[in-house]
Amino acid sequence: MEQALKMRADTSNASDFKNPIVSAKNVDVFYGNKQALFDISLDFPANQVTSLIGPSGCGKTTFLKCINRMNDLISTCKIEGNIEIEGQDIYANSVDVVALRAHVGMVFQKPNPFPKSIFENVAYGLRIHGLTNSKTELADRVENSLQKAALWDEVCDRLDEPGTSLSGGQQQRLCIARTIAIQPKIILMDEPASALDPIATAKIEELIDELKTNYTIIIVTHSMQQAARVSQYTAFFHLGELVEHGKTKTIFTTPKDERTKNYVTGRIG
Amino acid sequence: MNRHFSVRSKHLATRHRFEVIFKWFGRISIFLALGFLVLMLAIIANMGAGALQQTRIALDVPLLQEGFDINYLDEADYDGLIKSALRQRFPDATSRSQKRQLNNLLSIEAPFTLKKYVLKNPDTIGSTARLWFIASDDVDLFFKGSIELAPEGNAGRLISEAVAWVNELKAAQAIKTVFNFNFFTGGDSREPELAGIFSALVGTALSLLICLAISFPIGVLSAIYLEEFVAKNRWSDFVEINITNLAAVPSIVFGILGLTIFINGFGLPRSSPLVGGMVLALMTLPTIIIASRAALRSVPISIRHAAIGLGATPIQTIFHHVTPLAMPAMLTGAIIGMARALGETAPLLMIGMVAFIVDVPDSIFSPATALPVQIFLWADSPERAFLEKASAAIIVLVVFLIIMNLSAIILRQKFQKKFCKNNF
Amino acid sequence: MNIKTAGFLKNSFSSRNRLREKAIYIILIASSLVAVGTTAGIILSLVFEAARFFTLVPITDFLFGLNWSPQTAIRADQIGSSGSFGALPLITGTLLISAIAMFVAAPLGLAAAIYLSEYASASQRSIIKPLLEILAGIPSVVYGFFAALVIAPFIRMSGSGFGLEIASQSALAAGLAMGIMIVPLISSLSDDVINAVPTALKDASLGMGATRSETIIHIILPGASSGIAGSMLLAASTAIGETMIVVMAAGLAANLTANPLDAVTTITAQIVALLTGDQEFDSAKTLSAFALGLLLFCVTLALNSIAHKIVKNYRVKYE
Repeated sequence: MEQALKMRADTSNASDFKNPIVSAKNVDVFYGNKQALFDISLDFPANQVTSLIGPSGCGKTTFLKCINRMNDLISTCKIEGNIEIEGQDIYANSVDVVALRAHVGMVFQKPNPFPKSIFENVAYGLRIHGLTNSKTELADRVENSLQKAALWDEVCDRLDEPGTSLSGGQQQRLCIARTIAIQPKIILMDEPASALDPIATAKIEELIDELKTNYTIIIVTHSMQQAARVSQYTAFFHLGELVEHGKTKTIFTTPKDERTKNYVTGRIG
Repeated sequence: MNRHFSVRSKHLATRHRFEVIFKWFGRISIFLALGFLVLMLAIIANMGAGALQQTRIALDVPLLQEGFDINYLDEADYDGLIKSALRQRFPDATSRSQKRQLNNLLSIEAPFTLKKYVLKNPDTIGSTARLWFIASDDVDLFFKGSIELAPEGNAGRLISEAVAWVNELKAAQAIKTVFNFNFFTGGDSREPELAGIFSALVGTALSLLICLAISFPIGVLSAIYLEEFVAKNRWSDFVEINITNLAAVPSIVFGILGLTIFINGFGLPRSSPLVGGMVLALMTLPTIIIASRAALRSVPISIRHAAIGLGATPIQTIFHHVTPLAMPAMLTGAIIGMARALGETAPLLMIGMVAFIVDVPDSIFSPATALPVQIFLWADSPERAFLEKASAAIIVLVVFLIIMNLSAIILRQKFQKKFCKNNF
Repeated sequence: MNIKTAGFLKNSFSSRNRLREKAIYIILIASSLVAVGTTAGIILSLVFEAARFFTLVPITDFLFGLNWSPQTAIRADQIGSSGSFGALPLITGTLLISAIAMFVAAPLGLAAAIYLSEYASASQRSIIKPLLEILAGIPSVVYGFFAALVIAPFIRMSGSGFGLEIASQSALAAGLAMGIMIVPLISSLSDDVINAVPTALKDASLGMGATRSETIIHIILPGASSGIAGSMLLAASTAIGETMIVVMAAGLAANLTANPLDAVTTITAQIVALLTGDQEFDSAKTLSAFALGLLLFCVTLALNSIAHKIVKNYRVKYE
């Protein structure tokens, strides 16, 4: 564990929470009559990686989906409390979810490239949001995004092949490329490496570390090692409650709460 | 990078406008389709409502003693009596065409009404009988307002004098409408005012019974065989493809099959409900097989294991344990298949159930027609009054369809509930 | 059975029971053969009679002839030599009416399916779906009645308002009614197909900030296109085989035309005209109905097989 923590330089610092980019206050989430999240208050510093950990069913993915309002798609889901991004309440009536989701990108658990060519997968977001003015600009942005996602060298000679023809890890990096193509500020990742083999996982983790210079990343993971490797901050969820939140190093080495301690030492999970 | 998610750019506004238009496109499509349905049924119901009413005309018929031989009452000239009574009532009819119209005020059934009355009440001979006779179809349509009065004074085939007579009858309160029982109890007739759907209904009922008796057992048994006993191999694939394709064969082709094989090949009686039912059964078979297989599949595997574990043979397991559980869903499939068969017309035309049938069929071998065929025949007929009958028959057909489909839905819902309980 | 088997194993199942099970098994097989037998019966009856027809009229004359007038065979010695049996006007008439029907049903059905699967709430869906099913449940004789007696006169009337001569039995009236009838066929099949597109793809698109309509147009429809094509083919095959609407609303005038305002006739309408009423069984006139039946059977069978294959491949793609 100690070793894992040393893998990446600790870039967290005390001023991070003065100006959090995402700030959730007293968030309750209900599915029908069942309450899934209880009074969650959590801030996310800009240009850092925060991981949400906890046993399955603890509500970490539910919370993640609140941040770009993907929970709106579930008709029975009801959210109380407020979530602000750059000081703006994202559940306010004036908010346009389309614009919000362009601002807060999402990478899913299973790689889900569209049944289109590799190029079109990345170009899709640029096209729908009308972000490019010419074909060359589009091609440039696609190339740029693929490079940032560390996929360009592997696919540059076969951009016309379907996205589904790639390997699992490549597919996931393609999904990351298409997300960063539209230049969001925040990227949500829902267990992005859980369906991948260790080598592909390592590549994704490396990528996450590089991306944090330009993006704020919130990642849900079931692997504590992964949380330790990629994130500067960690929040531990248990049974719909936020148990503990702080620097990743602190959470893993000197947790305050007994439940956190049990979880990170593998006694519950 | 200064995009803000609550400020709507022009591009975003265009996208949202398109979204709204797109959504309305779907709404309007559904509205158009359902609107057509409502409009169609409303127009047909409106066209057919008149058929539930029958126009009757009161006429005083003098039953003069010398017109009757008391021993041969049924040979009296009832037709003449009616004609002279009409001439007496409207003495202004003098020309040939006027007299013809006068005789055409009442249905040709009028003499039979009179005869029946006299046979029942022979003591009234010598007096004057006031009877309500069924009006002819032309008078019927005009009196019910289905035919507009033309500027020249005539209404449809009624000349202006006849229109005046009807108005005079109206003034004298000697014309009225009553509920048309005859429509539900009578057979077909060349005279629209006398035509009813009863013989067609009986023909339909007999055909559907045959259809059910053949297709349900065969359908369920083949579903059991295909679902429970056949290993997946070339043969089962072949049968499977066969059934799917059979379900999509145009219905008229089944009619051709019935004509060549059942009638010309086996020599079964043409136009009979037996052949009609057999053809419909073959058509319904794929529906029932597909529904029954789905029903069998939905029975939890644990029930099979339980029965086999107790030492039941596969056949015992299927017939004692699985099939009873699947039965409601199978019945639902059967009802839906029957509902489809109820409306089938084309194959019945092929096997000759299109003949003009007045009598109620008394067996599955006697010539019969069916309700949808009756609608086709009436719709095809030049007499305007038959359109009213056809529309009313459509309403009856649709009511039957709704009843059948509703019972299928109710059955299905009950079935689903039961299974949910089993699962938990 | 092994003679040495212990008694309790041997007697647990008497030979009478075994016989009964065998009989039931045979009954089961026989039942499943009925469906196969039906197909065989259809093919045999069509092929035999059609073959007799083709000895009287060459198959090329039948398929490519421009003139259809089987009624002209008046005297017995004229059989085969008189009357024209060129089915092309019937084929074009059938295609014209089916095309009109598809022109109505394809956009309506697809839009309804999209709305139902992507926009409607569960409660809306539970009401609208059965209502649409009613459209398919109404017998075609009712649509035929409505087309012949309400739509056709209406079209004729509105046509004369524009100074257009429209036949009292126009292809348009029959096609419109048929189109509405097959809307639920397309909508329910397309609905299934659209629902089979994985939610992960929809979520990915929506998660990038695509609107629902963009997701539908760029992600769902391209993904579901083959399945939708399959459902369109099935609907087209139903339209081609539909009989009562065309018998009642399209008439029997064998015109070779692409004008939807003209009267046309179809394969099915001609079969009905040829085989109802009294027939002599050896005349080319009667036998031509079987040739038409065979043509109809082959075309619908081909369409269905292609459609089923497409839909099956589609399912495999997203299993």
